[in-house]
Amino acid sequence: MENPCHMCMPMGGILALKGIEKSMVIVHGSQGCSTYMRRHIAEHFNEPVDVGSSSLNEKGTVYGGAANLRTALDNIRRVYQPKLVGVVTTCLAETIGEDVARIVKEYRQDNGIDMPIVAASTPGYGGSHNEGYWLTVRRIVETLATTTERHNKVNVIIPSMSPADIRELKRFLAAMGLDYTLCPDISDTMDQPYLPVYSKVPAGGTPVADLCRMSGAPATIELGVTIDGGVSPGKYLEDTFGVPLYRVPIPIGIENTDAFMAALESISGKKRPAAIELERGRLLDAMIDSHKYNFAGRAAIFGDPELVYAVTQACLENGIRPIVVTGDKNGNLSRLLPDNEMTSETIVLSDPDFNLVQERAGTGAANIAIGHSDGRFLTERDGIPLVRLGFPIHDRVGGQRLLSVGYTGTALFLDRITNTLLEDKYRDYRKNMFNKYFQQPKNERQRKGVAAL
Amino acid sequence: MSETTVAISEREQFIATKGRRKNSLKCDADSIAGCVSQRACVYCGARVVLNPVTDAIHLVHGPVGCASYTWDIRGSLSSGSELYRNSFCTDLREQDIIFGGEKKLAKTIDELVAKHPAKLMFVYSTCIVGVIGDDLAAVCKAAALRNNLEVIPVESSGFIGNKSAGYRAACEALLKLIAPVDRAQAAASRTINYLGDFNLAGEAWIIRDYLAQMGVQINTVFTGDSTSATLKGAANASLNIVQCAGSMNYLAAQLQELYGIPYMQVSFLGIEDTAKSLRSIAAAMGGGAIRAKAEVLIRRETDRVLPYINKFREKFIGKKAAVYVGGGFKAISLIKQFREIGIEVVMIGTQTGRREEYDTIHELVAEGTVILDDANPAELERFMTSQGAHLLVGGVKERPLAYKLGLAFIDHNHDRKHPLSGYDGAVNFAQEVYSTLCSPVWKYTAGKGGG
Ligand code: SF4
Repeated sequence: MENPCHMCMPMGGILALKGIEKSMVIVHGSQGCSTYMRRHIAEHFNEPVDVGSSSLNEKGTVYGGAANLRTALDNIRRVYQPKLVGVVTTCLAETIGEDVARIVKEYRQDNGIDMPIVAASTPGYGGSHNEGYWLTVRRIVETLATTTERHNKVNVIIPSMSPADIRELKRFLAAMGLDYTLCPDISDTMDQPYLPVYSKVPAGGTPVADLCRMSGAPATIELGVTIDGGVSPGKYLEDTFGVPLYRVPIPIGIENTDAFMAALESISGKKRPAAIELERGRLLDAMIDSHKYNFAGRAAIFGDPELVYAVTQACLENGIRPIVVTGDKNGNLSRLLPDNEMTSETIVLSDPDFNLVQERAGTGAANIAIGHSDGRFLTERDGIPLVRLGFPIHDRVGGQRLLSVGYTGTALFLDRITNTLLEDKYRDYRKNMFNKYFQQPKNERQRKGVAAL
Repeated sequence: MSETTVAISEREQFIATKGRRKNSLKCDADSIAGCVSQRACVYCGARVVLNPVTDAIHLVHGPVGCASYTWDIRGSLSSGSELYRNSFCTDLREQDIIFGGEKKLAKTIDELVAKHPAKLMFVYSTCIVGVIGDDLAAVCKAAALRNNLEVIPVESSGFIGNKSAGYRAACEALLKLIAPVDRAQAAASRTINYLGDFNLAGEAWIIRDYLAQMGVQINTVFTGDSTSATLKGAANASLNIVQCAGSMNYLAAQLQELYGIPYMQVSFLGIEDTAKSLRSIAAAMGGGAIRAKAEVLIRRETDRVLPYINKFREKFIGKKAAVYVGGGFKAISLIKQFREIGIEVVMIGTQTGRREEYDTIHELVAEGTVILDDANPAELERFMTSQGAHLLVGGVKERPLAYKLGLAFIDHNHDRKHPLSGYDGAVNFAQEVYSTLCSPVWKYTAGKGGG
């Protein structure tokens, strides 16, 4: 593999668990894994990310890591007093065959604690951070949701998204008069305000009590159309507790946002307020303003499949041709994309590396890239400008503040794309036109010719 | 209750306060599970040291995550090949873990070599490679013969120690690369190797230029902007100077033993250490004309930068700094460098400092300074606050903590994009301290950062 497009499973697990109220994560494995992941997360969100490690050393690797994991649990509880601990495994822990579920069960029994501990088996070699994310969300729901009485909080299953995007979703839910449980919700935990007093465990996240009661919700909206039923938390809630499931894409683009709003309307039985209708109108206005510029766009789109799907849809409805998009191993993304003139050149790469993305972007004459920071090589080496979106963004600030969902967010996102295309056009057009059309006066050309001899 | 009581009692041995407790700091031990150590792993240590070798293929034998997290995140610069900025890996999957990864490794090497002509490849082992027991050395040896290039295994399984073990693994790998020479000839070469500079933002170039002005030629740098060819000829030098001791002392000692090349410690952080180091290099290289040229350089550069430094100094009166960095030697330099700009260090810690380094730190710092090994965020928070620090020096993971506490922050790690070495570096350092400590933003916070 040359220049990876994704990270490893436990990374996704950490991101998911960071969205639970007063939670802490322990990465069961050697020290380095958790440190590298913390570094990446800290750089993207610019937030402190305290993640424990069981710091497996040679002894733990040979004789089993149960003792290390127990010590880690003790110490994390002592220093942080969490309300929930997530334990994700690494390559090392999985290879030496750690039975984390059992260790955790015994630990809880021996210490007589009822604080929930969510164990997710996330070997780094088992899949990407995206797969680790969904698996961990599913484990959170499986571990916590128990039969309860019916209530009116709608479940919203959140894929890996920016805190700003999640806040926008909350605004929509509130505007529709809906009470909700977002799972998980990093909108506050990974985008903390500056406060006079620092708190080791950031405020926010989904309350554990709400997670336990997801089983009694009137419905689940899952922003996940690319994942299989086997890892879908919404599917689990539907199968186990009969909670009706709406699966919609991340609301980027007008159609995807319409789909999200339609789900909210159907669940609440209410029509959307006029103010949101106006936002939709403004988005349309913005799409018209920039449609000609966007029509010149030929995009390389990469990142988490769920985000890639939504972005590709948004590109398609704005006349931007997807040239290369990165898919998922299950192939759902390529099945979901329409097959028409706009996608006639689209290549969906499952399980790709950046080398392949770069090659395809080159042969397809892409002129814009949309995705996380690791795509900066496309700019550096091939001159394809990058609109940063998704995770990780580690060479720019503000990854956590990028707003791209909903009607307003889509307009902002489109502006970022259009302006990047314009910048590219304006930068070179004088030179390009000169080279293409300017004919030097004859005598001058002759003189030059003489000089050159 | 002692001054340094922390939530986890085992951690107390790793923390000392000058003047209040005996200097009995524990160090060089495994991190305690669940303590949220800021340390990285063996692979990380090895990768940091070797990655600046510009024309090598750096192949991670392991799963994708390890390769992904280390792809081009460092600020090392190259004057030639850019091959080192790629991230290659064998992308081990479940099946490989069960049946072993040797075949995949061999195949990956062959494919990479066919695509990227190179003379040298480093193959790093990660956590699981150590567990599944792939014979890295054998695969590398066979691949080298098959493809006619040097393929050097780097034994850097993550769990076999911490970052220092990775430094050691990197040095072992470099030793395999260096070609043996006739000692007598080497001593006559009158060139030096510069060890422990990774050419972050061109730092090795700055030092190379100083030495050139003194009439001293650098043979090769370990490993900033180095190539397989320059490293191979390392044994031709007559002197080794070592900047980053943590990573390179071992190599220096080995080179002395194997080739009789003497070595000395230098530091180019801060104007005081820079001048001192240039003088000792001049002395070691035979004094005379070299020494005279060094003096000219030192005078000229000091005169040039001192006015800037002094201007900044005035702004920093009464400010206190906290330091948390990777190695002990850098920590020592930073204490001195902060003094140059009029700032006292009130908390200092490292990830992998050694006993001698902590002794030096203890001597250098003022009474009441807290010294800690392998600290965690809870401790950093606690001591920065209780010690009244206005500023933290650290890496990416520490930055958000400082900011959330309303403290100023300085990057001092491998990611930075501006040089901190030599005279320009000293000005950059003071300038960076100024840009953070004196930012108007602190007016709107609790006021600690700006004071
Ligand atoms: S790939 Fe495996 S060893 Fe590497 S960081 Fe991920 S979990 Fe750790």
